[in-house]
Amino acid sequence: MYTEKVLDHFQNPRNVGEIEDASGIGTVGNAKCGDIMQMSIKIGEGEVIEDVKFKTFGCGAAVATSSMATELIKGKTIDEAMRLTNSAVVEALEGLPPQKIHCSVLAEEAIKAAIEDYRKKKTK
Amino acid sequence: MRRVYLDNAATTMVRPEVVEAMLPYFSEFYGNPSSLHSYARDAYRGLDEARKTVAEALNCRSEEIIFTGGGSEGDNMVLRGIAHAYRKKGRHIITSAVEHHAVLHTLQAMEREGIAEVSYLPVDEYGLVTAGQVLEAIRPDTVLVSIMFANNEVGTIMPVEEIGAVCREKGVLFHTDAVQAVGHIPVDVQRMNIDLLTLAAHKFHGPKGVGALYVKKGVRLPAFIVGGGQERNKRAGTENVPGIVGLAKALSLQMEHMEENAQRMLCLRDKLIVGIKSSIPDVKLNGHPKLRLPNNVNYSIRFIEGESILLMLDLNGIAASSGSACTSGSLDPSHVLLSMGLTHEVAHGSLRLTMSEFTTEDEIDYVLEVLPPIIQRLRDMSPLYKKGEE
Repeated sequence: MYTEKVLDHFQNPRNVGEIEDASGIGTVGNAKCGDIMQMSIKIGEGEVIEDVKFKTFGCGAAVATSSMATELIKGKTIDEAMRLTNSAVVEALEGLPPQKIHCSVLAEEAIKAAIEDYRKKKTK
Repeated sequence: MRRVYLDNAATTMVRPEVVEAMLPYFSEFYGNPSSLHSYARDAYRGLDEARKTVAEALNCRSEEIIFTGGGSEGDNMVLRGIAHAYRKKGRHIITSAVEHHAVLHTLQAMEREGIAEVSYLPVDEYGLVTAGQVLEAIRPDTVLVSIMFANNEVGTIMPVEEIGAVCREKGVLFHTDAVQAVGHIPVDVQRMNIDLLTLAAHKFHGPKGVGALYVKKGVRLPAFIVGGGQERNKRAGTENVPGIVGLAKALSLQMEHMEENAQRMLCLRDKLIVGIKSSIPDVKLNGHPKLRLPNNVNYSIRFIEGESILLMLDLNGIAASSGSACTSGSLDPSHVLLSMGLTHEVAHGSLRLTMSEFTTEDEIDYVLEVLPPIIQRLRDMSPLYKKGEE
């Protein structure tokens, strides 16, 4: 069963959408397994994540972990965001059923993929 | 909050009349039917009458009915029992790719144990197998054909009578898992050439944990549970008398009103099918449009995942089910939908709504009102859904 926090983030997901002029976009997972997460980030002065938005195809936990992950990194520097772990997302949601832990891993990976994308674009 | 139950293929409400019929068998007629005294005779009478009721519903003799602990037990009992009793003839078993896990997982276990060789017949886009496929698969060493009567996920009704005829002609035993069919659509073991049939009470407003097995006279089926010799030495253990009485009561009520209930549900089913199709783009009806249980609606809703639909519906008081991986506890979505040729992505987004005779038109209207905005909300959140392009 899901915690109140998970249900809240599922019902009222924070930061849903796509940033039009995103600094980086990361997409992880695949439809075959039933989860796809897409994170777009906007990086400002001092490599701070000014804005972040997500789109997710997946179960309740996939939506909730995406939503929570965006909240945890918004306003942080990209170095701080790179240190975000899936267990921090789980903890912030006050727990996930064991078979849903992989959703939190995807959320962590999606953020890292978005930051990598930003870094790649920057060095070009 | 308003609550609407549309998960009747999973289980049903026990009718008040059924509860009523069961109650005296807990506190009044509580004797062990195998004992000698009057308490035992009272219990035995309930058991005996229940057996007659079930036999009448299936058109067989009451000594051909064995009471069990439910559908999965019946399936296990038949598959393992027949394979063992007929092992001298061979160990080949024919089944379909869309059976319930009680059949599929049992057969897979038997293959691993080296006691069965199984042919899993593929199905068409509607989930159907044909009698021709069965005929082609039968070999000299085939001991059993096990094909479900109607599919629990998509509601497709198999050509049981024709399959039965093929098996009879070839001298191969035919078992059907009729858990979703009995009490809902006509089942006649004689006309349909069925040798073994499994049913479960809780699918037709009876109690959980009790079922029955029809075993045609002359078919050799060894004891599944060994002990005191109850149920003609096939299933030992003191009979679940209240449960069995409840099963029979529920079945007799179903049989009495089957035709009218089916007609009523059919109207609601088709209203729901048409209503979803006309209010939500990019949906696909799963299962056969006509050869279908009167209470089953199953749609694939593209670009979104089933569990999130269920959660949203639940937040609106609607109980439904899905074939998505997240609801099955595995990484793969429903084997039934995949066997019918759906892609993983589309199979993940399935929604099953199953009605009962207690379902009202008002409830269907409520679902049709609540569902479209839920789907739109989830699609707006999905990276697979591109606005304006569809």
